[in-house]
Amino acid sequence: MKENALSFQLKLKPEDFIPATEEEKQSQVIMRESVSFWKDGMRRLRKNKVAMVSLVVIILVMIFSFIVPMFYPYSYKEQIKGANNLGPMEYSAGEQERIDAGEKVFPHIFGTDKMGRDYAIRVMMGSRISLLVGLIATGIILIIGSIYGSVAAFFGGWVDLIMMRIVDIIYTIPDILLIVLLKFALDDPLTRLATVPGFSWINVVGSNLISIFLVFALLYWVGMARMVRSQILTLKESEYVTAARALGVGNGRIIKKHLLTNCIGTLIVTTTLQIPSSIFTESFLSFLGMGVAVPLPSLGSLASDAINGMGTYPHLLFIPAILISLIILSFNLFGDGLRDAFDPKLKN
Amino acid sequence: MSEHFIEVEHLRQYFPAGGFGSRKKYVRAVDDVSFFINKGETLGLVGESGCGKTTTGRTMLRLYDPTGGKFTFDGETVFDVDKKEFPNMLPFRKRMQIVFQDPYASLDPRMTVGDIVGEAIDVHKLAKDDKERYDMIIHMLERVGLNSEHANRYPHEFSGGQRQRVGIARALAVNPEFIVCDEPISALDVSIQAQVINMFEDLQEQMGLTYLFIAHDLSAVKHISNRIGVMYLGRMVELADSYKLIDRPLHPYTKSLISAIPIADPKQARKSNRIVLEGDVPSPLNPPSGCTFRTRCPYATAECAEKVPEWKEIEKDHFAACHNIDKIN
Amino acid sequence: MAEYLVDIKNERLSFFTPAGEVKALNDVSIHLKEGEVLGIVGESGSGKSVTAYSLMGLTAHPGKLLGGNLNFNGHQIENMTEKEMRKIRGNEISIIFQDPMTSLNPVYTVGNQIMEVIRLHTDKTKQEAKERAKELLELVGINEPEKRLKQYPHELSGGMRQRVMIAIALACEPKLLIADEPTTALDVTIQAQILELMMELKEKLGMAIIMITHDLGVVASMCERIAVMYAGKIIEYGTADDIFYHPKHQYTKGLIRSIPRLDTKEHERLIPIEGTPVDMLNPPKGCPFAPRCDEAMKICLREMPPVTEFGEVHYTQCWLNQKEEMEKGASHE
Repeated sequence: MKENALSFQLKLKPEDFIPATEEEKQSQVIMRESVSFWKDGMRRLRKNKVAMVSLVVIILVMIFSFIVPMFYPYSYKEQIKGANNLGPMEYSAGEQERIDAGEKVFPHIFGTDKMGRDYAIRVMMGSRISLLVGLIATGIILIIGSIYGSVAAFFGGWVDLIMMRIVDIIYTIPDILLIVLLKFALDDPLTRLATVPGFSWINVVGSNLISIFLVFALLYWVGMARMVRSQILTLKESEYVTAARALGVGNGRIIKKHLLTNCIGTLIVTTTLQIPSSIFTESFLSFLGMGVAVPLPSLGSLASDAINGMGTYPHLLFIPAILISLIILSFNLFGDGLRDAFDPKLKN
Repeated sequence: MSEHFIEVEHLRQYFPAGGFGSRKKYVRAVDDVSFFINKGETLGLVGESGCGKTTTGRTMLRLYDPTGGKFTFDGETVFDVDKKEFPNMLPFRKRMQIVFQDPYASLDPRMTVGDIVGEAIDVHKLAKDDKERYDMIIHMLERVGLNSEHANRYPHEFSGGQRQRVGIARALAVNPEFIVCDEPISALDVSIQAQVINMFEDLQEQMGLTYLFIAHDLSAVKHISNRIGVMYLGRMVELADSYKLIDRPLHPYTKSLISAIPIADPKQARKSNRIVLEGDVPSPLNPPSGCTFRTRCPYATAECAEKVPEWKEIEKDHFAACHNIDKIN
Repeated sequence: MAEYLVDIKNERLSFFTPAGEVKALNDVSIHLKEGEVLGIVGESGSGKSVTAYSLMGLTAHPGKLLGGNLNFNGHQIENMTEKEMRKIRGNEISIIFQDPMTSLNPVYTVGNQIMEVIRLHTDKTKQEAKERAKELLELVGINEPEKRLKQYPHELSGGMRQRVMIAIALACEPKLLIADEPTTALDVTIQAQILELMMELKEKLGMAIIMITHDLGVVASMCERIAVMYAGKIIEYGTADDIFYHPKHQYTKGLIRSIPRLDTKEHERLIPIEGTPVDMLNPPKGCPFAPRCDEAMKICLREMPPVTEFGEVHYTQCWLNQKEEMEKGASHE
């Protein structure tokens, strides 16, 4: 009997064949550690190397553009005499004298531009502006798009039909054209408004940037609205919402407890992916000269300014260009990582 | 006054399916269905997909707006389309509940099991304070064979059978009198199905519940039901006592349905000669005229195409709708 | 040694999920002769589909074959490249899936999809392939094949689609047909039609069938051999009569007991298997079924039981059977 031979190898004792108690049996069933949806998603996100590297890059860029300028000895507006068009780590004649005299002079890491401004601080400020524009614009898109989309989906029927046709029409409006038109139309009234006390900030921001924000608020939310609408439409038909209705749960509570909470994952992902596209649009418009007002730099306008001297001072163009790519790429990769971690459709 | 606890008369539920004006098309999901259920009794409802059994249950709970018919619950009108009576549903929601088929889709993935069960308590303000609410939730979970340890967990951490228990606990939280069980065992593994059926039986005994038990598996339905109704394409074709229906089915559709069930017994399976129905279930958008079953019925005559068969009591408490009952049996 | 069409020996396969390793198949052995029908029954997640898919080289990511021999019709499946596998799939082994809705491509006509398979594996011309497609549709009991060839999947009912799937699977007269829950998504009356059709075709074409299902009723009427799977292991294997009339494993016994019967005359309480299915990420140390088993012994919780054989085909993996065998052996001495 070969099976028995095998059994004897395990050195079976008669007490092994005593019936096991219920506790012993239950001790074999291990309940997994409780994980909420967020914890589970975060765990998956942390395992995604690409996403984590992108997150580190995003944080570094944030530190570079928001915190470093506070301790930086130069200002983005400050024109240093005789320091025009310095290469990276070069000093102007005046500064060289001071160094020779034993004074410490902070180096121009990226050199200076043709007006003698330290380029490093201008790049920092430029990315700060680009990031801010990207975040604010995305915020506008998120608020308008999600409210519009969820209202259309929740009420359905005619409301939905009309609201979605409006979205279709907005899709057909050419955005660049609208920005140019708005810029010219708003220039005059805005300059007049800026003279009113309390509105002087308009001069700092510039009418261009205001029209960019306006266009974002007017046009760019439609994609978000469509996404939110389809999400809510699916969720609305889900059985747990039907179950809630059968329990007598009211509309408000259904929206708050069931629809919105289940939407948040997708909303975060879409929003993260919207940021780079907003930054891209801003950089692109600034490059065309329709972005932020001088002397405020943005990555796009920096690149645009540098294009004339590209042959002689290529670093002036490359530094903002590389930074734009880096920001956009890392936001996109991080957004993809978020989607892999939080999108319920990809989860199994 | 109705004499029965649950009384559904001429229930109709049509869903629009495209077309405008006079050419508007409808799916006749439920067409002229009548039945009653006594208190503490279970009525099983079987039929193939698209026969309207699920819609019947959901319309009764007014999860859809009924197209026609009347439903009285314990003598009170839940809806009466003819008289345009649609009273406030909220008090009824405490007395009638539903358990869903898919234990994955019917629980909100972002809520803990405790909150899922507690939602009903919140909506109907059944608990005075958080302590009482917590105690009620734990009591419900224990009732369905779960424990307090489970309350803080999320649905995806449970197996199918356990999730279905959560779904049942949610329905029980309002202490209902009547529960629509909408295919509650279809998505479960065989060894778990029996657990859930037994639990339904125990709960019925303990709480005096009345069930409308919807399923496509006739053998499971037979186990839990006192009486069984068979539906085909939106219409009820036969209704009788469970044992009587299985033993001596009158309607040709019921006969073929019973014979089509695979028997888990090789010897019986080898010798049994099944009645295998030809063809497919017609689309409910375009149901056949007269008797909807006639396109697949081996006994169909010219009369079947012309007239909708009358729903009548053939024997005592044994109803069927077929023109040729006498000839067939 | 009998020549087997399918001979799987000690297959081990794991899925490496982010949450940990799931041992989907643990020492699974299956053999099947030409023209035989094997039923694999088990609960969801027991590994019944994984076994069949691995035989076709269709193990989904993140699954990985860790060991064992998979022999099919003289091919060593585990050593074959994807390119070599493609020649076998649809030609020598075919598969039909649970959901006929999603397994047909909605943008091609039925005829297109059948002809594609025929022309992939044979040198038939377009016209010959069309003739063959018509023949196949007739074979699976579809009326007006000429008309059906030009229709798109959405124009057909569920039962009709499953017939088309069977026609595609049979296009090259495979030696083995794997049916993965072929009737689960269908209504009872349609299920009866499809099962009848499969039996007819088996008689006509003489292919072997592996029938994967959770429905004991389906295997009882169709299969000669039955493998009962639980948590990635075959815990009992035997002929249909062995399994239904002389089950030896507590799980098989419980499974058969728990089925509601149609022929009872008075109300009987069902006898379920208590407990919850195995969490495949944290399986018990010994026998996976032990925590749910009424008769579990101390040893069951510690060690996986060895195989106990009863006669030529019937075997189980259960300590209770081991105990009985040992007691029998002792009394003989």
